[in-house]
Amino acid sequence: MNPIRLTGRAAIGLARMTGRVTIFAARGLARIGQHPAELARQVMQIGWLSLPVVGLTALFTGAALALQIHSGGERFQAGDVVPAIVAIGMARELGPVLGGLMVAARVASAIAAELGTMRVTEQIDALVTLSTDPMGWLVSPRLWAALLCVPVLVGIGDVIGIMGGWLIGVNALGFNSALYLSNSWAYLESWDVVSGLLKGAVFGLIVALSGCWFGMMAAGGAAGVGRATTNAVVAASVGILAANFALTGLFF
Amino acid sequence: MLAVRGLSKSFGAKRVLDGADLDLAMGESLVVIGGSGTGKSVLLRCILGLETPDAGEILWRGRPLAGQRAAFMDHFGMLFQNAALFDSLPVWRNVAFRLLRTQPKARARAIAIEKLARVGLGPEVADLYPAELSGGMRKRAGLARAIAADPKVIFFDEPTTGLDPIRAATINTLIRGIVDETGATAITITHDMSSARSIADRVALLDRGRLRWQGSVAEMDAAEDDYLRDFVTGRARPMARGPQG
Repeated sequence: MNPIRLTGRAAIGLARMTGRVTIFAARGLARIGQHPAELARQVMQIGWLSLPVVGLTALFTGAALALQIHSGGERFQAGDVVPAIVAIGMARELGPVLGGLMVAARVASAIAAELGTMRVTEQIDALVTLSTDPMGWLVSPRLWAALLCVPVLVGIGDVIGIMGGWLIGVNALGFNSALYLSNSWAYLESWDVVSGLLKGAVFGLIVALSGCWFGMMAAGGAAGVGRATTNAVVAASVGILAANFALTGLFF
Repeated sequence: MLAVRGLSKSFGAKRVLDGADLDLAMGESLVVIGGSGTGKSVLLRCILGLETPDAGEILWRGRPLAGQRAAFMDHFGMLFQNAALFDSLPVWRNVAFRLLRTQPKARARAIAIEKLARVGLGPEVADLYPAELSGGMRKRAGLARAIAADPKVIFFDEPTTGLDPIRAATINTLIRGIVDETGATAITITHDMSSARSIADRVALLDRGRLRWQGSVAEMDAAEDDYLRDFVTGRARPMARGPQG
């Protein structure tokens, strides 16, 4: 086939898909507050239960970052920058990105599998016959829970990550404890933190949207649910990395 | 009460419904029979708004259903083929799902337990999760959910699929009893002829997306139509001819 035609067809397909997903997200977000009990349940599922994995990831990332920066900085006698670079690196980049990716692995897959199973076993049709809008009952609470919880997780992850760097800095690299903490704080600007939290909100939306979209569109029995789960995690992960690049360019 | 006029629906090149017409009187129990892939489920899904028909219209009390779907759904119940109970909710919350929007929790639970009793399930089932029930119990719980809000219209989608003959007969008896008690208008789709005989006031045969034959159970047994006779008696037909008669 003519390559121009192929390119055009792909572009139209991409535009159409983008439009459909955007409308899907808007419909989900517009139904805020219809089912507060479901929202609370999703806050527990997406926020509270993701805390251990996000916290551990941040702790090890902060510790490893301190070692790397110290090792690299020593080459040009700049080992003292460890506290500041760990804090800035965690707040701006590693906290939101790694936190987002961990939530993507845990949450996007769970949402896609749950909604996909509901789709192929007619539970979503059953909701309609019970006068309940699936977008309001299933999609909206998940989108809002992720949108609200992931920035909080990122903020907690930032603090834990900085503490991971502090643990290594004080115990392995010979930093003074009080000086490490004051240096971390001194060089950290509020925008470093706020930009990371904003990234977290966008990443949370991407994660929940991927899970909900692929789950709601699942078809074809167990194999279809498996495909939906895989696609949701892949789309969420790639989406987070692409959005991170775009937001970093926009913010800085 | 409910009428379908010239309903057509295709999926790609496959025409599933091809100008289907159907009329249903208030309080009538219609059983739609037909082979696999003849459009029975699609017919129900179009009536429910889960599929958008390509052509035709659906009338409810003489007016297009599309404009009054919310009101229709408020008085509607459905038993799905595999019950479609919500896995994340205990049985009583499944049954009381609709009631919980309008009634206090204790009252909704009491009604749910009453409806479970109506379908032969004890109160000990109320706090179990659907995954803990057998296939027959799931069907009964699904039936309890379908009748929980005393609907005026009930659809039953393959109500006996996957059940042994004794449990299937129990479900058939329950459905007939509920339809008689409540005076609800019912559509059942099935290819189980014992279900059709137990439940139907009228039987309709769907073939290649159209209503091929309809009449009472007695008329069905005396019908001349080749395909209907083969369907009722379970006689094999050459695959190449399909259900054309």
